[in-house]
Amino acid sequence: MSVVVNKNHARITSSVYTSHVPAIGVAIDQGLTNQPYWQALFKGYDFSKKWFVENKPDVIFLIYNDHASAFSLDFIPTFAIGTAAEFIPADEGYGARPVPQVIGSPELASHIAQAVILDEFDLTIVNKMDVDHGLTVPLSLMCGQPEVWPCPVIPFAVNVVQYPVPLGKRCFMLGQAIRRAIESYDEPLKVQIWGTGGMSHQLQGPRAGLINQLWDQDFLDRLISDPFGLAQMPHIDYVREAGSEGIELVMWLIARGAMSDIQGGAAPKVAHRFYHVPASNTAVGHLILENVE
Amino acid sequence: MSLDKPYLDVPGTTIFDADMSRKGYHLNQFCMSLMKAENRARFKADERAYLDEWAMTEEQKQAVLARDLNRCISLGGNIYFLAKIGATDGKSFQQMAGSMTGMTEEEYRKMMISGGRSIEGNRYVKEKQ
Repeated sequence: MSVVVNKNHARITSSVYTSHVPAIGVAIDQGLTNQPYWQALFKGYDFSKKWFVENKPDVIFLIYNDHASAFSLDFIPTFAIGTAAEFIPADEGYGARPVPQVIGSPELASHIAQAVILDEFDLTIVNKMDVDHGLTVPLSLMCGQPEVWPCPVIPFAVNVVQYPVPLGKRCFMLGQAIRRAIESYDEPLKVQIWGTGGMSHQLQGPRAGLINQLWDQDFLDRLISDPFGLAQMPHIDYVREAGSEGIELVMWLIARGAMSDIQGGAAPKVAHRFYHVPASNTAVGHLILENVE
Repeated sequence: MSLDKPYLDVPGTTIFDADMSRKGYHLNQFCMSLMKAENRARFKADERAYLDEWAMTEEQKQAVLARDLNRCISLGGNIYFLAKIGATDGKSFQQMAGSMTGMTEEEYRKMMISGGRSIEGNRYVKEKQ
């Protein structure tokens, strides 16, 4: 099966995967990135910043989880797409991060919402939502500290707060639907899809601090070359092996599901791979996969 | 039919499911209120009075006053919500997470720099007995 790409339509050029640890945001905001504790981590993103400038998209579709910032226990949407014109960085208890407002892409976001819902994924549509470190830390890692973010962003929030979070399998299928939706938009936009969160970490209880490097590396390997198999992994494996918050990694499967090879195209090019322990309580993983035309 | 909970045999871990969420609703909503600077100031000025504005159990209030995060979690608190208490106190997430492990702040920090807590022996409750 070959992939037919309409040159007048939007298309996904690449997918980016990264952890979104809040302490990374603090280190950037407070100018600590050259400190010994942080040096190795930020070095791993030097390539990525350069790559981003050379491969600047028109829109970023950014998958993340809200950490009880926009959504309290009053509303717990499993999949929520931000269709607003702008999104304000949230005050998570320390005051808001000193980063630019996030400019949305309301028309494309609404198009994706309509197409994906008609494709049987019942999204929640959000017209007002503050965005927390889950969304702004990946932007800082990839784009540095600009006065305005380099392009519009469509926030896509996934519930990973209250169990059960969506299955990896479902996330992977959703990514495929998002790809179909983007490719049916009749404007020739270059879209990047970012999956964020993870890797192994546990922030609670006597087992806090858990890191499983072998498991993380295996996850990265399989995300690249065995995404169909990886998508079958049950929740309990994430929780047991990668920590209670390691389950954020299901979100990476949404971005992976949106790549060309999943619908019969060529395998993506691995532009960058990086792994580092620790950032605060967490193992940091990062991948850039490019669709090969 | 009761909820299926395949995760109960993971040691030192509480999964925030529907039962915990119901139990912790008011505790977590109190935490959420600390995202506003004026509420943080009122809480800091008189913690007990601020807590009494919420329909929390006395046990939950005591756990918050003691900053006993493990106790808060066992009473339905979720870490992403409880983190707002730590933020109000000016604590980092590492300090909060470390406080639940029985280690000192320095011991926990060293463990993380050395690669974190090993998965070996930490997969199943029975391994800990």
